[in-house]
Amino acid sequence: MSETKKLDGRKIVSEIFNAPWLLTVLAVVASFIFGGILIAASNANVQASAGYFFARPGDLLAAIWNAVSGGYEAMFRGAIWNYRADNLLSQIKPITETLAFATPITLAGLGLAVAFRSGLFNIGAKGQIIFGAMLAGWVGINVDLPFWIHFPVAVLAGVAGGALFGALVGFLKATTGANEVILTIMFNYVAELTLTYVLKTPILQAPGAVNPVSAAVRDTAKFPAFSDQIRVHTGFLLMLGCVVFVWWLLNRSTLGFQFRALGHNPSAAKTAGINIGLTYVLVMAVSGALSGIAGATQVLGTEKFLTTGVAASFGFDAITVALLGRNKPWSVLAAGVLFGALRAGAVTMQANQNVPIDIVLVVQSMIVLFIAAPPLVRAMFFLPKQKGVAA
Amino acid sequence: MKLELRGITKRFGSLVANDNVNLVAQPGQIHCLLGENGAGKSTLMNVLYGLYQPDGGEILLDDQVVKFAGPGDAMAAGIGMVHQHFMLIPVFTVAENVILGHEPTKLAGVLDLEAARAKVREVSDRFGFDIDPDAIVGELPVGVQQRVEIIKALIGDAKVLVFDEPTAVLTPQETDELMAIMKQLRDAGTAIVFITHKLREVREVADKITVIRLGKVVGEASPQSTANELASMMVGRAVDLDVEKAAPKLGSASFKISGLSAWDHQGTKVLDDVNLEIREGEILVIAGVQGNGQTELTEAIIGMHGKTAGSIELDGRELIGKSVKQVLDLGVGFVPEDRTEDGLVADFTIAENLMLDRSDRKPFAKGLNIQLETLRKFAEEKLKEFDIRAQGITSLARQLSGGNQQKVVLARELSRELRLLVASQPTRGLDVGSIEFVHEQIVATRDKGIPVLIVATELDEATQLGDRIAVMYRGKVVGVVPADTPRSVLGQMMAGISNPEVAA
Repeated sequence: MSETKKLDGRKIVSEIFNAPWLLTVLAVVASFIFGGILIAASNANVQASAGYFFARPGDLLAAIWNAVSGGYEAMFRGAIWNYRADNLLSQIKPITETLAFATPITLAGLGLAVAFRSGLFNIGAKGQIIFGAMLAGWVGINVDLPFWIHFPVAVLAGVAGGALFGALVGFLKATTGANEVILTIMFNYVAELTLTYVLKTPILQAPGAVNPVSAAVRDTAKFPAFSDQIRVHTGFLLMLGCVVFVWWLLNRSTLGFQFRALGHNPSAAKTAGINIGLTYVLVMAVSGALSGIAGATQVLGTEKFLTTGVAASFGFDAITVALLGRNKPWSVLAAGVLFGALRAGAVTMQANQNVPIDIVLVVQSMIVLFIAAPPLVRAMFFLPKQKGVAA
Repeated sequence: MKLELRGITKRFGSLVANDNVNLVAQPGQIHCLLGENGAGKSTLMNVLYGLYQPDGGEILLDDQVVKFAGPGDAMAAGIGMVHQHFMLIPVFTVAENVILGHEPTKLAGVLDLEAARAKVREVSDRFGFDIDPDAIVGELPVGVQQRVEIIKALIGDAKVLVFDEPTAVLTPQETDELMAIMKQLRDAGTAIVFITHKLREVREVADKITVIRLGKVVGEASPQSTANELASMMVGRAVDLDVEKAAPKLGSASFKISGLSAWDHQGTKVLDDVNLEIREGEILVIAGVQGNGQTELTEAIIGMHGKTAGSIELDGRELIGKSVKQVLDLGVGFVPEDRTEDGLVADFTIAENLMLDRSDRKPFAKGLNIQLETLRKFAEEKLKEFDIRAQGITSLARQLSGGNQQKVVLARELSRELRLLVASQPTRGLDVGSIEFVHEQIVATRDKGIPVLIVATELDEATQLGDRIAVMYRGKVVGVVPADTPRSVLGQMMAGISNPEVAA
């Protein structure tokens, strides 16, 4: 029997997600190598010594070495361990910065992983973060309650904001058959503009403010801090809890089983009596809720007030992180920390070595590119091709 | 032209799909290549057609070694192929399809459709095909579309014609007509290679039979061999193709369909006033050419068809208007037509597939937690009970052969408390061994006093398995007849003639 080969999007995606972990590591390595080339190329000393390469080739090589090693060394100091600092707190500050960035990225990445595993391409982490942050922020700023009730209510408001905004997409898909990719992309704009609107009107704008910023979140609604000198806060622990939750959900729960069945084969899920429409709504609610928590940790912990930039680029980083972590919770955590480190390190790299901060963006983008094209990585590292599929 | 394959070997990784295969097709002869699915028939033909390069061996045409880099080379050398899935463009006319790839042109590259029409007419007349060159291919019946494929090959001056499982999509009448065409082509001097796993067809037309198993030629057989002999060669052990079953012990008519109609998305009627009744302990087979409402009927029963009217009653309870889950909960077991698409999640393990429709309830769930230990025990048990050949319960469904996949589906459906079993083409594409097993299980289910509804497109299966046969045509039940009704009568009913005794 001759099987007709189709260009099946679902199949391609499953291929990407099922590639061996070695390829993921190599994709990251390749991206850093590429980043190194860019650092070298954009370095003034390298450019100068390239002019007289044939006269004194050693100069160019030395300049390249200095540029690249200096750049990545600065990144290391900015992201992990600052060995040049003179007290412990300053020495570990970089890693705390990394974790501060990793918290929302990983949370949103987990949310997307749940959706991706269920076959839904939720590109709307940004919008879901924003709605989570808006609701959490509103409760945190405007409601007056003691900590033990105010804090959980504010966090739950964030969960609800993301969940409802996500569930709306699931609902529209289930009832009208609308494509979730288009919906979530467009809903990102809806969320952004809604945020700008509420920050420019008395709904959330700080009294007397000219800029679109909110008042500060009340102390009773803030995530408890580890120390007032570092930005990472107890939201990080909540994020770790969410990693465990998503692991349980996907691997041990009946709900997750139905999510995955839907993701792998909606026809079989339907035939087995699973309510597809309801499952779409639930998947998107869970996915959105996790992004909503990301928004809550930002506004109630890291930023402590709401601005239009609350979602930063976390929404899109989360896609890469879910992709890099192959939608597996623990790997998403690892990928989230890597991205947090890139973010944290980029600042030091620019400040100390004059390396453009955009290099990090390039590295991130290259990771996506390499992950999406396993054969390219195989070819670059001379790995054997994937075994031919027998007819 | 004489075609010879000499020592063809083709490997895919560690799998040897063709192992030193020899085959000679003489002009004026129909050479049957008989083998089970996965025996390597299609691989061999793809090698011949230039789609695969052999790892060893050579292809000879009239004793000259030839090499094909692609189908274009093979066609140019005079090899034509009629594919199982037609390679036709539905919105094009017959003439346009036939010239596709080697379009005749007039001055300045203008398409010469008149020449194409003339060619189609010429070949069509020569073999009595009766085909209008200007008909849109998509609007033609399947059997006629196949003739377009044949014309396409003949216009390319094919001296060797390969038919790859050509009868899979045909009615019995169309099959008979195709056989006649093949004989006609043979008499005109064409060498024909006929690939199939259907024994009746082989015995009818073959001049020579080569049996292939697990990529190797296991021998030649004479066209006079019995079906059981051929099947045994194909499988490599003694096989009894007859379904063993005792007379049915009938209970009450617990499953009733009355006045059932259904419409598709465009509002076309796909089921038209269907009335059926199945008694406990009885197998009713729905026979008919694929696409005459059988799929919609099973969908309507299971609660997946959108717009329906009428009534479907099981044990006095109405099924219409219930969700799939509610229908399954009432004790309906369902073996879908397309097991890889609707029956299984290919990327799930065997164990996960075994609990697919009961994942949220006892014994597999406690609260929201999956009971992994219960599932493991259950799966181990079913693996043994249903003789599912796999490395273990954590093997993925996609790694299993078709037969084993179907066993997983059966194991899941038959493990519930059933009040009705609905199985759509339960043996489609399975090897002989698995077919035996599936039939046994279905008969065993019947003997437990459960009404069974089977959709079958193969007449042999319908007459062997069924206690009664209902024939469907264009959404209607043409008639319900006993299982020992002659093939010819059933065949006419499948073509929509409701009272064949009179017509015949």
